[in-house]
Amino acid sequence: MATTLAKAAEGTTAVAAEPAARIEHVSKSFTGPAGTQLVLDDISLDVAPGEFVTLLGASGCGKSTLLNLVAGLDAPSAGSIRTPGGRPALMFQEHALFPWLTAGKNIELALRLRGVPKAERRPEAERLLELVRLGGAYGKRVHELSGGMRQRVALARALAQASDLLLMDEPFAALDAITRDVLHGELTRIWEETNLSVLFVTHNVREAVRLAQRVVLLSSRPGRVAEEWTVDIPQPRRIEDAAVAELSLEITEHLRGEIRRHGQH
Amino acid sequence: MASTDTAPQAKADDLAGLEAGLDALDAVEIRRTPVREVLVKKVLPPALAVTLVLAVWQVLVSANITDPTKLPAPSAVWDGLADLWLKGTLFDIIWTSVSRGLFGFLLALAIGTPLGLLVARVKFVRAAIGPVLSGLQSLPSVAWVPPAVLWFGLNDAMMYTVILLGAVPSIANGLVSGVDQVPPLFLRAGRTLGATGLKGTWYVVMPAALPGYLAGLKQGWAFSWRSLMAAEIIASSPDLGLGLGQLLENGRNNIDLPGVFLAIILILVVGIAIDLLVFSPVERWVLRNRGLLAQS
Repeated sequence: MATTLAKAAEGTTAVAAEPAARIEHVSKSFTGPAGTQLVLDDISLDVAPGEFVTLLGASGCGKSTLLNLVAGLDAPSAGSIRTPGGRPALMFQEHALFPWLTAGKNIELALRLRGVPKAERRPEAERLLELVRLGGAYGKRVHELSGGMRQRVALARALAQASDLLLMDEPFAALDAITRDVLHGELTRIWEETNLSVLFVTHNVREAVRLAQRVVLLSSRPGRVAEEWTVDIPQPRRIEDAAVAELSLEITEHLRGEIRRHGQH
Repeated sequence: MASTDTAPQAKADDLAGLEAGLDALDAVEIRRTPVREVLVKKVLPPALAVTLVLAVWQVLVSANITDPTKLPAPSAVWDGLADLWLKGTLFDIIWTSVSRGLFGFLLALAIGTPLGLLVARVKFVRAAIGPVLSGLQSLPSVAWVPPAVLWFGLNDAMMYTVILLGAVPSIANGLVSGVDQVPPLFLRAGRTLGATGLKGTWYVVMPAALPGYLAGLKQGWAFSWRSLMAAEIIASSPDLGLGLGQLLENGRNNIDLPGVFLAIILILVVGIAIDLLVFSPVERWVLRNRGLLAQS
């Protein structure tokens, strides 16, 4: 850790804190039956400690691919990705909880794999369930929980990894609108209470603006960083807020422009 | 615009209240089937079917529709059973076969599990022996009796060899298909949590593959029992002790048709009983825990 810190300090003129994730000139291509396809093209992006960044893009922009690369589930074709805080936690669109374990035991498995001693696991799992306001759900089976509750347990399990970087791959896309609103509120609250950095992928512009400090728009085929916005609307925001709507409109115009380009040849 | 009923600034308390409401509305109620319903829906139909078969059988015999030398009366079979019971040998005979079958099954389990895991997880091993392993399932295990007799003679080692050759492929194949059906999402989730390599196998792959593995075990038991009966019928010897297969073979030698029927019924009942008492409850328990059991 110390050496990477030193290197990072050398590389930048300003004395900035080391980023939670540094993506440098990353490209990724896949070789399939139709030949080699470039999915991500020269992406550079930093996530500062404690920063909430949303990655926004239409389908085919490779945003999930980028998240997989940051999570270490796949290797980039070129460039480098560093997450100095160790293996990032990852939340999926599907809850991905293990159905053979209770809600509490799912969290305890994450703790166990992290090396937390046995005696500390149960109290820690219960604390995390309290954090997502599911204090009574320790012994519940996954199929006994609603969609929103499952995603909250999945969030608690991701938090159990005690990583300082949380990657989220459209985690609320399959939820109904009211549940999604509530989970936006919960995520914002938990993000404010902890010093977590979040990289959140979505195709929903309003969701991106509702949550983030910074919105990064990716172009499609191949994915490149097209535009960036800093969101300084104070929290707690709501998805219906006029300021959220206004910025969403501006970003949506850019997104539409990106999509339109693909129909013009 | 359904959510304009709260103040524009959502306070934390509001959020908690809203969340509690949603959780209460969305709570999934799990209902256990009452005993009476189980009796009416699950026990009554097969009991009726068996009674009907027995009744038809008795009528066929009583009305002299069938030749009594070809189809014995149910009462004659019953007398044979009572006879074995009075002689005190009924449970010895059953136990001889069941203990062999279960021990052979446990051996098959101990060999088939690591073998299945190896085939499922190591590409080279799968390419090398995967097809052979699934092909072996279609080979009737009775075919192994002659070589086993030549290898070991008429003893228990021969019996266990036949059971193993019958049951190991089923158990291994069940585990392989169980592993193949593990959703890739679980593997990715496991990897992000740090469950890689052996840890991934132990904490994610094995439990996720459990339903397929159990189906393989059920089939493995059926194959063990069948193989054992084939071995007992073909290779009967006084040294081997009297099991159900020998009982059947003795009935044939003595032209004792009720004895033959009795032996067949006992073989069937034992096979079903082990399945109902051991494998089905475990399977149901596993599926219910995962919410995979259809509520009927």
